[in-house]
Amino acid sequence: MTSILEAKGLRVERAGAQLLDVLHLNIEESEVLALIGPNGAGKSTLLVTLCHLFKSFSGAIIFKGKQVGRELPVSQYRRRISMVFQEPLLFNATVFENVAAGLRFRSIGRQEIEGSVKENLERFGIGHLSDRSARTLSGGEAQRTSLARAFAVKPDMLFLDEPFSALDPPTRESLIEDLERILDESGTTAIFATHDRIEALRLSDRIAVMNQGRILQIGAPDDVMNHPADEFVASFVGVETILKGKVTGKKLGIVTVSVLGHEVAVIGDYGIGENLILCIRPENVTLSINPSETTSARNTFRGTIERIVPMGLFHKVELDCGFPLVAYITQDAVDALSLCEGSDVAASLKATAIHVVRK
Amino acid sequence: MDLILEGIKKAFLLLFTLDREVLDITILSLKVSGLATIISIFIGVSTGTMIALNEFPGKRIVVSLVNTGMGLPPVVVGLFVTIFLWRSGPFGFLGILYTPLAIIIAQSIIATPIVMGITVAAMQQLPRKLRLQILALGATRLQMVWTLIKEARLSLLAAVMAGFGGVISEIGASIMVGGNIKGYSRVLTTATVMETSRGNFDVAIALSIILLLLAYFINLILTHIQQKERQR
Amino acid sequence: MKKITHTLITVIALVFLSSVLVVPAVYAQQKNIILATTTSTQDSGLLDVLIPIFEKKTGYFVKTIAVGSGQAMAMGQKGEADVLLVHSPAAEKKFIEDGYGINRQLIMHNDFIVVGSPADPAKIKGIKATTEVFKKIATTGSLFLSRGDNSGTHAKEKTIWKAAAVKYEGEKWYQQTGLGMGQTLNVASEKKAYTLADRGTYLALKKNLDLNILAEGDAILLNIYHVIEANPAKFPKVNAPGGKAFAGFMVSKEAQEIIKTFGVDKFGSPLFFPDAGKKVEDLGK
Repeated sequence: MTSILEAKGLRVERAGAQLLDVLHLNIEESEVLALIGPNGAGKSTLLVTLCHLFKSFSGAIIFKGKQVGRELPVSQYRRRISMVFQEPLLFNATVFENVAAGLRFRSIGRQEIEGSVKENLERFGIGHLSDRSARTLSGGEAQRTSLARAFAVKPDMLFLDEPFSALDPPTRESLIEDLERILDESGTTAIFATHDRIEALRLSDRIAVMNQGRILQIGAPDDVMNHPADEFVASFVGVETILKGKVTGKKLGIVTVSVLGHEVAVIGDYGIGENLILCIRPENVTLSINPSETTSARNTFRGTIERIVPMGLFHKVELDCGFPLVAYITQDAVDALSLCEGSDVAASLKATAIHVVRK
Repeated sequence: MDLILEGIKKAFLLLFTLDREVLDITILSLKVSGLATIISIFIGVSTGTMIALNEFPGKRIVVSLVNTGMGLPPVVVGLFVTIFLWRSGPFGFLGILYTPLAIIIAQSIIATPIVMGITVAAMQQLPRKLRLQILALGATRLQMVWTLIKEARLSLLAAVMAGFGGVISEIGASIMVGGNIKGYSRVLTTATVMETSRGNFDVAIALSIILLLLAYFINLILTHIQQKERQR
Repeated sequence: MKKITHTLITVIALVFLSSVLVVPAVYAQQKNIILATTTSTQDSGLLDVLIPIFEKKTGYFVKTIAVGSGQAMAMGQKGEADVLLVHSPAAEKKFIEDGYGINRQLIMHNDFIVVGSPADPAKIKGIKATTEVFKKIATTGSLFLSRGDNSGTHAKEKTIWKAAAVKYEGEKWYQQTGLGMGQTLNVASEKKAYTLADRGTYLALKKNLDLNILAEGDAILLNIYHVIEANPAKFPKVNAPGGKAFAGFMVSKEAQEIIKTFGVDKFGSPLFFPDAGKKVEDLGK
């Protein structure tokens, strides 16, 4: 793996407030990195700074081994990247002209532009809108145009600032699916900001959690989500247990997923061999000492209690079932089952309680 | 009442027979005000864009100055241009007082703040992020500015309308710096005033009708372009 | 989009092309004459007849700036005019004495008249002496409109008030329009007021006015026009030959003939009486 973009000591200050303070960030060729964090965490600021769109910031941005602004002129750097914002920010022209904009800035020949625009319009399924005025587009169509415009310049790197957050759920779902496919096909390196964990899980190879201008934790999605580095990361991403697995069997709408050698039953229509991510909410996990055979819960795992953390009205119980699993149970239940750290228990949950994300 | 009817009758007669003098005055008005508008577009749009896109100390003062300039009384402009162009004035050596060129200069001064003010407002109305988006698409600074101007073109068209409407109908500056010289620097407004004081109300009415029609048609054309743009 | 850009470029090109046609008008300075004159000569239409003939004959281009006599002389005092055609004798003499102008020559005269609404509230009709007329207007407090613009007419009016020894300034019945002769007549007609007017302008506008001549023929009412050339010794930038040529044309037989007949066809009587070569003292006799 080779580094495509490296940032060192990035700081942005506005009116005395520190908006961004990123010591180090490295992005590998062809990887997709998700920046996740609440509103105001500095995700957009980081993206805009990485694109060298701010005039005043300190730190170094190194693109393919060359420091931008020193060894590589900013103008040249910007012609090798592309950015998509939350708002489509389309020009008041036809869809075709919008997608062609970046190419026109580069003074590319008419024929080449035509080919490239067509290809990208098709890619995002908006070929039929080519002659339409950008003003008449729906939100989803507009964002597709904006993405096609960004892809049309064949960027070495793509920056996406919450590109889906203004869309309604069905539109968003289909766009995410397309983007996932296109990123995969083109092998484009991308960084995208989101505050949606599921979006991050689906699209990214790595996740960086941001707050107050800093990157708090960066790593593989399941790593970050299952092992949050601190309270903030935990509260923001660590609510669910995240498991990676592969489909090994299916019957009657129930799919068997192998997670670290354990079989987990989920529902949905997935093909054998497909990689899935399973998200399990702690309140859906039931603990018992001797599970009865007749239960509606399709999954029962034996495990050991690693830790019991009082959370006020309930307790958070962290289990090791061969994979990590977290359950929320009441004080009453802790007493009734006389649970303590080290106890063996059975954890059960319904197949329908598991949220499945394709990977 | 008779006077008005007679006046209107004579006015249409002058219009339909394409009276040579009336025609010349109309053409001169169009040339002078048209050129003044073009000059004001070049200065007003470029300066206005620069003001809108750059942050600098005293920007607010500059913007409010421009906005005040939008209401610059033509007679004030006329007075100062006259003083500057006098033979004894700083630009007297040019010898252009009482020429159409002097009217063009004065009208440009009147129209420029109008165009500039509307340009500043139009540019500031564009989403701030649009600039970042354009740069992020690989545009040079010049390309960005041009793209922004294209984005604001509908508002800028309004600026053109306002600027042209302002100068073709002004009289104070035209009469002071142009001198209302027959067949030379006589424009629609100055001719109207003169014909009124001569008691030639019919000609005055004819000239007024032309002025109205001109203003109407030019606005009609521009509005048409705007509407067509909107529909797309 | 493209269309707009194209139209824009076309428009710009067209306008620039036409500007090329406008700008050469700033040709050779020596061929331009700036004539500062009174509104009455322009509003009567006399200059529209005379100037084209002069231009054709000499090749000069005359820029007529029609203002009041006062303003015309103010232009002359700055050297902004090459030649003046004015009717304010007292001020003209001072103008010459101060060295601003030379070669003051008598051109023509007509006369001033006192006009007012046919109802004649001050009952001035029939009074011969204009000073008495003005006194009557003052004592009856009838509305009187003054040009108030330092024009020749305004100067004449002030002279008459002075001769009549009437306090008029600041009086309720005395109002200033600040407008030219034609417009002042229109206002007087609307407000049923008295005013002093030159006969030429009154005759030209008569058809639209509800005003009658109520006093005329007094010697004090003479309206005398002189031409004055700018003094090249004082103002090196003025077009002295041009000014001289224009003055020469105005006293020429050809111009004087035109003045003599101007207005006869339209008003039945001439608007001006040519006086070249005469003496002021002999006028009106």
